[in-house]
This record gives sequence, C-alpha cells and structure tokens, in this order.
Amino acid sequence: MKILVPVKRVIDYNVKVRVKPDQSGVELANVKMAMNPFDEIAVEQALRIKEAGQADEIILVSVGPTQSQETIRTGLAMGADRGIHIEADQETEPLSVAKCLKAVVDKEQPGLVLCGKQAIDDDSNQTGQMLSALLGWAQATFASGVELAGDNAAIIREVDGGLEHISVKMPAVITVDLRLNEPRYASLPNIMKAKKKPIDQMSAADLGVDTTPRLTTVKVEEPAARQAGIKVGSVSELVDKLKNEAKVI
Amino acid sequence: MSILVIADHNNETILPATLNAVAAAGEIGGDISVLIAGSGCDAAANAAAEIAGVSTVLVADADEYTYGLAENVAPLISGIASNYSHILAPATTYGKNIMPRVAALIDTVQISDIIKVVDVATFQRPIYAGNALATVSSNEAVKIITVRSTAFEPAAASGGTAKIEAVPVTGEAGLSRFEKSELSKSERPELTSAGIVVSGGRGMQDGANFVMLEKVADKLGAAVGASRAAVDAGFVPNDYQVGQTGKVVAPDLYMAVGISGAIQHLAGMKDSKVIVAINKDDEAPIFQVADYGLVADLFDAVPELDKELG
Ligand SMILES: Cc1cc2nc3c(=O)[nH]c(=O)nc-3n(C[C@H](O)[C@H](O)[C@H](O)COP(=O)(O)OP(=O)(O)OC[C@H]3O[C@@H](n4cnc5c(N)ncnc54)[C@H](O)[C@@H]3O)c2cc1C
Ligand SMILES: Nc1ncnc2c1ncn2[C@@H]1O[C@H](COP(=O)(O)O)[C@@H](O)[C@H]1O
Repeated sequence: MKILVPVKRVIDYNVKVRVKPDQSGVELANVKMAMNPFDEIAVEQALRIKEAGQADEIILVSVGPTQSQETIRTGLAMGADRGIHIEADQETEPLSVAKCLKAVVDKEQPGLVLCGKQAIDDDSNQTGQMLSALLGWAQATFASGVELAGDNAAIIREVDGGLEHISVKMPAVITVDLRLNEPRYASLPNIMKAKKKPIDQMSAADLGVDTTPRLTTVKVEEPAARQAGIKVGSVSELVDKLKNEAKVI
Repeated sequence: MSILVIADHNNETILPATLNAVAAAGEIGGDISVLIAGSGCDAAANAAAEIAGVSTVLVADADEYTYGLAENVAPLISGIASNYSHILAPATTYGKNIMPRVAALIDTVQISDIIKVVDVATFQRPIYAGNALATVSSNEAVKIITVRSTAFEPAAASGGTAKIEAVPVTGEAGLSRFEKSELSKSERPELTSAGIVVSGGRGMQDGANFVMLEKVADKLGAAVGASRAAVDAGFVPNDYQVGQTGKVVAPDLYMAVGISGAIQHLAGMKDSKVIVAINKDDEAPIFQVADYGLVADLFDAVPELDKELG
C-alpha cells in the first residue's frame, strides 16, 4: 500500500507574524518557514505504519511555490520515499489544494491519505475533509489514535466532549491531531540520503486544476492590542481588584 | 437571503454554540432555518423551534444521523444547499468535520471561523492564530461558513415559534461506523460558554495538583481549562485544551495559572474580558496580556486564593 501525505510550507510556529503596512496580507519575505507542525505528525504516522509492515511507500505532496520543495525534503529526511511538488502561488485555497490532491490520488492510487488537521497559517481546517468528499472516501478527522486492520482503520478522534472511537473503511482520508505521536528528528545520514530521493514536479494546470482564489481578500489587519495591565502584590490584592475594580467575581 | 444553520445537538438538547451561529445568521439578515439531523431527535427539534429568530426547523430523523458521521450528514446538507444563500454551522468539532465535506460536494469554498459579518458577502476571520484578521468576500452562490461562537452573543433560546418540517433522508453511506465515545463528565460549566475559566499549565506539575484549581473553580462557578503542555503531559483530558488548535473561550474572567502564554495559547483566550495570570517568572509573556498579574509560586498562591474566596 502507498500512503500519501500532503505537506504544507508555512511560517514557522515560533515566528510572530507581521501584517503588511498596505494590509494586503502578512509579511512572508525573510521569514523563517517550516513544515506545518500537523503535517510532521502525519509524516511520522506514515513512517510508523510503514515500519510496522503495513505500507511500502510514502509519497509527500506539496502545493505551493518552488520553495515547497524544501518542505518535501524535510519529510524525505524523516524517511518518506519520494515527493511530488505542484507549483502554485503561496495563497492557495483548501478547495483547489484538495482538487490537486485528488488528481494525484487518481494517478498514484494510495490506500491512505494522512493530512494535518489544520494548516497553522490559514487555520482553515478544511483540506482533508474536502479531499475525502471529492474521492467519495471515508474521513476520520482530528485523529489521536490510528490502528490499521485490513480493510478498516480504528480511529480515536479528539472531539469537543472528549474522545470518540470510529471505524472507517479503507481507503480513507485521516487528519491528524497533536497527540497522535511525537515526530522524529531527521538523522544526518537520512538528511544526506534525502538529497537523492526524487521529487516530481508539475503545475496545478498540468493536473487540470485552476488555483485562482475564489475568495477576495479585502484586507488583512492587526487585531486590537490589549491594554497593558498591572501587577498586584498579593493574593488578597488580586481578590480585592477582581471584586471591586473589575467586578467579575 | 435564506439562511440554513446546522445545529450541533445531542438529539435531546441543542448545544449552546448553535445559538451563536443563529445570531451570526441574524446579522446576515434574512429567513433563518435550522437543520436537526439526528435520530429520535424530537426534543432537539422542539428546542430549536423555540430559538428566537428561527422560522423553520428541518428535521432529518434516521439511524444514519445518530452519531453525526460526516459521510452521512454531508450529502443531506448538500442535497438541499441550493435552496439557501448561506449555510452556517458552529465551529465546533462537529461543524468543522462536516462543513468542508458539504462545501466540496457542491464545489464551493468555505469560510472558516468567522468572527464578524461585514455584509452578506463579506466576513472577518482570524488567521495565524489570531495574529492577523482577514476580511474576505465571496461570490459563491451558496456561502458555506463556520462561526466562532465567542464572537457572537447567543440568540435567545426561547421566544421563537418556528414550524417543524421533515426533510427526506439520504441513507447510510456505509463508509464509517461509530463505535463508542469517552466523554469527560463534569458538574462544572461547559468550557466554551462558562463565565469564568480557570486554566492550568505545565507549571501545575501533575494531574493531582489540578484539584487545587478545581477547588477555586468550584467556588467561582468556573470551568477548568488547560494549556496544550498540560494536556500532552496527561494532567487533564484533551477537551480541556484552550488555544489555536483547541477550544476558543472568551469568558468575563480567565485565570491562567502556571501558563507561559505562547501565541498558540493566547489565540484561544485573549478575547476574554479580564485576564489574570499567576506565574513565578515575571517575564512570562502571559503578563503582556494580563489585566492583573501576580508573580508568585502557584503552590503558595492558589491555596491562598482558595482561602480568600472563603
Ligand atoms: C501546531 C501547534 C499547535 C498548538 N496548539 C496549542 C493550543 O491549542 N493550546 C496551547 O495551550 N498550546 C498550543 N501549542 C503549544 C504552545 O506552543 C506551548 O508549547 C504551550 O502553550 C505551553 O504550555 P504551558 O504554558 O503550560 O507550558 P510552558 O511554556 O512550559 O510554561 C509553564 C509556565 O509555568 C510557570 N511555572 C512553572 N512552575 C511554576 C510555579 N510553581 N508557580 C508559578 N508558575 C510556574 C513557568 O514560569 C512557565 O511560564 C501548540 C503548538 C503547536 C506547535
Ligand atoms: N498547499 C498545500 N500543500 C500540501 N498540503 C496541504 C496544502 N494546504 C493544506 N494541505 C494539507 O491539508 C491540511 C489542512 O490544511 P487547511 O485545510 O489549510 O487547514 C494540512 O495540514 C496539509 O496536510
């Protein structure tokens, strides 16, 4: 079985983003970029499935600018087998990404797609669900447990009220949550090996997908800053302020 | 405008976030219908009919909707989508799971987690963990939207007199099966709608120490939350997590205890009215958003707070 893992290049989660003065978006120039953290978890899960003998090839796909190939390299260095880079602008919408991914699935016929639950730049939380709909496959979102058993996968999902156990038919799209696993670091020999692993290149147009955004971004602005508060000297002062100044208790 | 709101419910009652989604629909303006997809869901349908501002409650009552599986519920919604200008769902795990599937089935882009209705086609939503706010406008014939509940005052749960109509059911997709759920049981208020939230972080050191926070929470009638680090370490269950990728809360009072204030945590609580931070590190970033900061060891401060509250 092949596993497909879509990986997105995003601003590193440690970077404090800045809105551009012209309000057209956030500053991306000279900013540290990295693989979306959820996608690292998806790559790790794919590796564990392969190591358990339940898959034989892991293919990474990234839709985005040329530098997305660095993100694919990061995943190849973790141990994935090969990559597919689909050239597109930085600002792709989840629906067009899902359409690109569907075209890749149609060609590669993987038995499983492992996505992140959410890209930490657009915070959309849509792509996996959309891909699953386009394929007519089962979907298992927000997974914190994944157990493959033949034609089915047993999934534990993180939901608002706690945990939910479901069973999905394979092939399926699974979107992974934070507590599924702890991604490994790439070892130096694996980083060297990754340089030789193949990355196929194509454009979204080659796949017949139009990635022109359908939503118009009117503006992007900074949220209102909070007023600076005060430090209190003691617990009793805190309680007094909460009772008599803020009047919240 | 004709707006459909997808209710998050448990067949018996309507979950509170649904009321915030109805409120967002009210701001768009137009005729508002609510869909209850469930089984044995008469009680939920009757409750929906009482929500102020709702004119019609659509009920799809069949076994395949019992557990809200996306593969079964999404075709139900996509099948009736063309009757509406907007379809809204609360951005709960239920809404987040189902709505993108609906959107893809009708070849429409989705606008996630709106915090403001600018006009019928234009909405504001947070991106980058709320460090930027994007205003986007959509030409789609049917606008598929999820609603951040903390950004809209809930619609009144009573006073409405909507008519109830059955809608044709769409059958079992046969792709997924619900096995069981492990829901956290708590007598405390629900995290996302509580007036006061007391949260603990890695500084709590272990799960047993959360009892200290629970005592304070109970005196204040508060819900208990946590940082990702506290959940990852197993101090408390996953549904306590507040943040960019957990729950978003905006109570009147949020107390962060032993939490450093990473941007991913702030994303889930910085719209709270009053923020209190208790941290032994006077340079912890949480103090930059706190109205009242107390630099102290929490193992001294929390028991003292418990005493002060009587
Ligand atoms: C993709 C991604 C998503 C994430 N999503 C979330 C999310 O949704 N929610 C979230 O919270 N985090 C999230 N995080 C994690 C986030 O980056 C931080 O790692 C996390 O919030 C830190 O939790 P903390 O403040 O409890 O722990 P720490 O950062 O370790 O802080 C512990 C604090 O406790 C204080 N402390 C220790 N002992 C005491 C004591 N005795 N008395 C008083 N103070 C004490 C310390 O001074 C310190 O400030 C996410 C990260 C990533 C990469
Ligand atoms: N441009 C992209 N290239 C590859 N994968 C993507 C891309 N955008 C989104 N994804 C995948 O979809 C997941 C959810 O993204 P989103 O729907 O944007 O929140 C991510 O974690 C990735 O696994």
